[in-house]
Amino acid sequence: MTVAVNPTQTGEPVFYLADEHPHPEGYSTSLGFWIYLMSDCLIFAILFATFGVLGGNYAAGPAPKDLFELPLVAVNTSMLLLSSITYGFAMLTMQQNKIGQTQMWLAITGLFGAAFIGIELSEFAHMIHEGATPQRSAFLSAFFTLVGTHGLHVTCGLIWLVTLMVQVWKFGLIEANRRRLMCLSMFWHFLDVVWIGVFTFVYLLGVLR
Amino acid sequence: MNTDTHAAHADDHHHGDSHAQAHVHGSFSTYMLGFVLSVVLTAIPFWLVMSGALPSKQITALVIMAFAVVQIVVHMIYFLHMNTTSENGWSMMALIFTIVMVVIALSGSLWVMNHLNSNMMPIHQMTGMK
Repeated sequence: MTVAVNPTQTGEPVFYLADEHPHPEGYSTSLGFWIYLMSDCLIFAILFATFGVLGGNYAAGPAPKDLFELPLVAVNTSMLLLSSITYGFAMLTMQQNKIGQTQMWLAITGLFGAAFIGIELSEFAHMIHEGATPQRSAFLSAFFTLVGTHGLHVTCGLIWLVTLMVQVWKFGLIEANRRRLMCLSMFWHFLDVVWIGVFTFVYLLGVLR
Repeated sequence: MNTDTHAAHADDHHHGDSHAQAHVHGSFSTYMLGFVLSVVLTAIPFWLVMSGALPSKQITALVIMAFAVVQIVVHMIYFLHMNTTSENGWSMMALIFTIVMVVIALSGSLWVMNHLNSNMMPIHQMTGMK
């Protein structure tokens, strides 16, 4: 650390702290990652706003009532919710240094996440098969953009999860891996928060319309 | 201030790595509480819409939006461990700023575009022009 010394008139030295303090590695990672998540939140806000504006323009095409199957959406929601709690268990076992259990909970989280993506893709495939493609109406363009962006995020989260499982398997629960797992934890729970908005505003309110 | 307090201050910063460790991640019971709350807060809106238990669609819409807001807060507290003290309050600052931006973007878009829609000339009148 550099300390500037400035002799005063009385001759007594006055000490100032230099602005930059040395920080250990990863000191600001969680705040930086949180700010990234907030910027991601703005992306979703704009996609929600777009859906809110265009969600009623069916262009004489299919409406949410004709397309959405709420029981399937409920199953999908529970998949994501279950993956959230299993990720929580992974974090808890990580704190207790139980590497095997951490890996097991991460794998279960991954399976729930994969089930979510699988159900969502089959829903999309079913809709497209019925002619409800993104280019059919403004409502469907906005729907596929919003829900698709969320699905893409979950897919990236799954790739990240597998990567971290390999990292933990190779290097163990070292400090860097703990930090990475904490970032993925925030990412994963954040996606669950976005999904609350999706199932409420897109699916439930869409069917109500 | 004398030199001693400065030295103590500098020392605090060197031990900053304990800061990352001190990040509290919740316990089994808080995770389970969050999970049970979100299951309930998810199940009720689905049930309300699927069964049509409430007499009017307007009331149902307002109720399920209220449930969504409560569930988002539950997730923030129990899963994302948000509090006013983490990162010296900077994460809360970032969150509040984001909420302000989200509210402006959402309410502004919906308000302006809704007015634009209702002030548009209906298509059947437009075809009569030329």
